[in-house]
Amino acid sequence: MTAFAHHLGFEFKSGIRNPTSMLMYYLFPLGFYALMGVVMVEINPDFAELLIPSMVLVTLMAGTLLGLPGELVEAREAGIYRAFKVNGVPAISIIVIPLLAAAFHGTIGSAAIALTAGPLFDVTTPSDWLAFILVTVLSVFTLGSLAALIGVVSASARATVLWSQLVFLPSMLIGGLMLDLELLPTTVRGFSGLLPSTYAMQAYRGLAYGAETMLDPTMSMIVLAAGGVVAFGLAVALFSWDRKNATRRLPSTLALLAIAPYVAGIFLA
Amino acid sequence: MPSPHRTTTSTPETAPVRHDAHAAIEVAGFRKSYDDVIAVDDISFTVDRGEIFGLLGPNGAGKTTTLECLEGLRRPDVGRLRVFGVDPTREPRRLNGLIGVQLQASSLPHTMTCDDAMQFFCAYHGVAARWDLLDRMGLGEKRDTTFDELSTGLQRRLALALAIAHEPDVLILDEPTAGLDVGSRAELHRLIQELRDAGTTILLATHDMAEAERMTDRVAILLRGRIVAVGSPRQLTATGDGLTKISVRSERSTLGDGSDLDSVDQAGVSDEYTVVFTRRVAPTIATILERLDHSEDPLIDLRVERPSLEERFLELTAEEQAR
Repeated sequence: MTAFAHHLGFEFKSGIRNPTSMLMYYLFPLGFYALMGVVMVEINPDFAELLIPSMVLVTLMAGTLLGLPGELVEAREAGIYRAFKVNGVPAISIIVIPLLAAAFHGTIGSAAIALTAGPLFDVTTPSDWLAFILVTVLSVFTLGSLAALIGVVSASARATVLWSQLVFLPSMLIGGLMLDLELLPTTVRGFSGLLPSTYAMQAYRGLAYGAETMLDPTMSMIVLAAGGVVAFGLAVALFSWDRKNATRRLPSTLALLAIAPYVAGIFLA
Repeated sequence: MPSPHRTTTSTPETAPVRHDAHAAIEVAGFRKSYDDVIAVDDISFTVDRGEIFGLLGPNGAGKTTTLECLEGLRRPDVGRLRVFGVDPTREPRRLNGLIGVQLQASSLPHTMTCDDAMQFFCAYHGVAARWDLLDRMGLGEKRDTTFDELSTGLQRRLALALAIAHEPDVLILDEPTAGLDVGSRAELHRLIQELRDAGTTILLATHDMAEAERMTDRVAILLRGRIVAVGSPRQLTATGDGLTKISVRSERSTLGDGSDLDSVDQAGVSDEYTVVFTRRVAPTIATILERLDHSEDPLIDLRVERPSLEERFLELTAEEQAR
């Protein structure tokens, strides 16, 4: 437990010391939040109901999808994991602890948004804060696990950018963050079912705001949780200590199984 | 204290592999390849408890692969590897408590300070942080400095401090002095000797012959993944074809250039010294002293220089390439 606590403490501090992490955890999402709060609510008054959950998701995605995979790959390529291994650091800690640290930072950013959006921009706040917290916790777990999986299977830091953006950009555009799912064309809505943010937004809207949703919010939570569990399991199974080391126990193409819960979600939710 | 060294210098064919309580490290029939490249080809050696054992060889000889398999970082294709009876592949947790490792390319998260690193690794080893080691390694004033702000020398010192913080029974060092200045090398050598005196077994990979000759009790020379010789540096140099250099200075220089001495292969004069090279050291010295005594020419200085480990290494390399 002491080792775990020291490791977690270091990762948390590292997120503050590292300018890139600071940018991803706080500067980019909070700056974007301020911009959207000022501009978007003015342009589209309906966005007042989406501002808090969508900006919380942007914060969580920036901290996990945009920040975590690159750090994992760089650490592996620099031989840091080898130093960890010969000193008894277990593989599970290497995946779980950065994920937890990212979750802590994401929670701080999310709390800042959730607590200031009402007074600052006069937007709708959640009617059920407990549900809001639950969806946030589940979202950070799922997004963090997906980020860890991307970091584990990517061959280089450049590849992580590609994979991360493959999730991040569509999430921003068609994941229900900027536009409600109902406003999307039917074909595009089908693709949005492959994104974790779609289910997170539906869960926020249905459970935390008590709004009408296109997808069953409880089923959305189940899909989100299943997506997180599958991605986390795959990240652990596909982890390797260094690039040159023995072949992975399983082929990295298995990572594609991470989309299976979302494919199922298209039909179930 | 180190165990008594074996008295034979071993060729690879005769290298004894013992499975006894004295061995801290056992490597038997070890082979490792990467795709089609054979990195290590059927090597065997043992390291006694409390011994400094060197793995010597040029780049690509298989030293790091051997160490990494002993550290549990890689799996051997074939062979038996044991560290105090522990199989590195099957019992990594037990191994971690036994060994301290300084990797060839030491790296830590760039935002990790010396303090963070000491606390972090000691916590994982389940021991109290050894702040005293940071002072000892000259890192006392750099405790809040992050890893990427340390010079290469200080990074290696930190890596060594971390490797010994949990007082391991076996210390594995891969090119420990690479990139260090003269002062840092000397300090590191002192520390390694102290650890050996305290009973730590040390396995050291290096391509620095002078370091190996000075530091190790025994060495194995690796060439192209195979061990071509094992023994103490003195034993290895004694078995070569190298010539011993004898330099003599007397009051009246009656020896001349020494070319008329028996058993001398080369002779000459340098800075008032008669310098001869021979394979038969004792008879040559006896002849020189007899000649000086006979000439009533008082001896001022006599120096005997055995062939160095480097010369022996080059000899072995040439033999290997000729095969």
